[in-house]
Amino acid sequence: MASRSANFDILVVGAGPAGIAAACCASESGARVGILDNNPRAGGQIWRGHQHSDANPDARKWFDKFAAAKIDFLSSSEVIDQLENGRLIVQSIDAQSIDEVRELTYKNLIVCTGARELFLPFPGWTLPNVMGAGGLQALVKSGLPISGKKVVVAGSGPLLLAVAAHLREHGADVRLIAEQAPWHRLVRFGMSLAFEKTKLAQAFAIKRQLSGVPYKTNCWPLCVNGDDKLESVTLRAGDRTWQESCDYLACGFHLVPNTELAALLGCELRAGFIRIDENQRTSIANVFAAGELTSIGGVDLSILEGQIAGYAASGQAASAAQLVPQKRRLDRFAALLRETFALRDELRSLADAETIVCRCEDVTLSRIRHHSSWRASKLHTRCGMGACQGRICGPATEFLLGWKVDSIRPPIFAASLQSLAVAAAAHTQEHLMLNEESR
Amino acid sequence: MPDAISITVNGASVTVPSGTTALAAILSTGASTVRRSVSGAPRGPLCGMGICFECRATVNRRRHSRTCEILCAPGMDIRTGDCVRERVDG
Repeated sequence: MASRSANFDILVVGAGPAGIAAACCASESGARVGILDNNPRAGGQIWRGHQHSDANPDARKWFDKFAAAKIDFLSSSEVIDQLENGRLIVQSIDAQSIDEVRELTYKNLIVCTGARELFLPFPGWTLPNVMGAGGLQALVKSGLPISGKKVVVAGSGPLLLAVAAHLREHGADVRLIAEQAPWHRLVRFGMSLAFEKTKLAQAFAIKRQLSGVPYKTNCWPLCVNGDDKLESVTLRAGDRTWQESCDYLACGFHLVPNTELAALLGCELRAGFIRIDENQRTSIANVFAAGELTSIGGVDLSILEGQIAGYAASGQAASAAQLVPQKRRLDRFAALLRETFALRDELRSLADAETIVCRCEDVTLSRIRHHSSWRASKLHTRCGMGACQGRICGPATEFLLGWKVDSIRPPIFAASLQSLAVAAAAHTQEHLMLNEESR
Repeated sequence: MPDAISITVNGASVTVPSGTTALAAILSTGASTVRRSVSGAPRGPLCGMGICFECRATVNRRRHSRTCEILCAPGMDIRTGDCVRERVDG
């Protein structure tokens, strides 16, 4: 294990669409730009597997720009702590260089950490082969054979359709798509897409790919059945309840932002998202944020926000200002997504007393629900104190119990003792130097 | 198979296409369980993107590796099913 450091004018965290756009635009200024991502490859979740494909013209365009620009890409790396403003501790999670820790410094930081799926607990949701919708898609993109497997796709959001289409393209037998939102809201959503040519075209393409697959609205999973792995899912639509046998349940209830890093840096949140001004600047002057951690608005909005942040952070104010008006239209789409896929109250009562809420520590709902807050429950039951640090059960308890997840503490990803030792040594070094100076 | 990579999963030889993650390699053997929870229940992957830690296994003797984030490399040794309680808080 070696400890190296690198210095950047602009550092971007997260190499999805927003991060790639931000890095490309920032590098146009001639600034020294670095970008890091926890995945071995750039693209984030939505462009995963598109690095060498022409299937998505937008992805192709940005990957080509990214490859041509002078940008340092640090793959399989994640930030675990901040030493002080402008200095981050980053660990490698690659098998070859695992636990290698380095310090990265920046003048301006652009946080593009994206979103994850919202997972809601229901009886049996911890059984193997119950996965996120995007989770199963990511697995198929990274080599899981799915051909001939029976899959039920459930939850909420436009992602369900994209996932179902993708799985089907790879030979899966998609039995059903269960969308919890009511039909009338989806119709209104569809009508407003009619004015967005590109989104409408995407919708029609997906519809063609999904011909013959039932798309049930007002429909959600009640529980899953099986001993050591999933055998079937019990679904409900209106008054009807039935079992659907399947090999995989791909289930996600739309998205929640990955705000942990920005929160650690001290960026203010608003309604659960990172608060930004029109130049994507957060409440901390040299920290910008772009993409799904500022609002869930889809890939087009993420790219645009990335561009604005990249230009603004690198002193290209005019280029940033030019793009701002385009953002307003896409912001309306974000609002529409929020209204359309708002979660129904019935989902709050899916988990029963013995349903595990915290998968890391196996904490059941009955153990946490009489506590008054996230923090109290954490202290008494260890809910949220396992390896994922509350990333899965935190948003679930926010929805189920109305708790507010607070107290982001470093390291923000599980770190090895070695990584922590290096981070601690850097802190100590700093402390010693300050003492020297004050003498 | 073009660009095939040979690895071992729980001691058995497995050949996967290059670009396959360690997690996909584990599941391609027919397994659905990757680890045991703190109370011993079988668990498989959930998020597929490095957030949930449900896919952790021992990769090249490094415990608690998130297998969804690791690409298979020739000779990689993957072992699943450790049920050791893990704590990350200080």
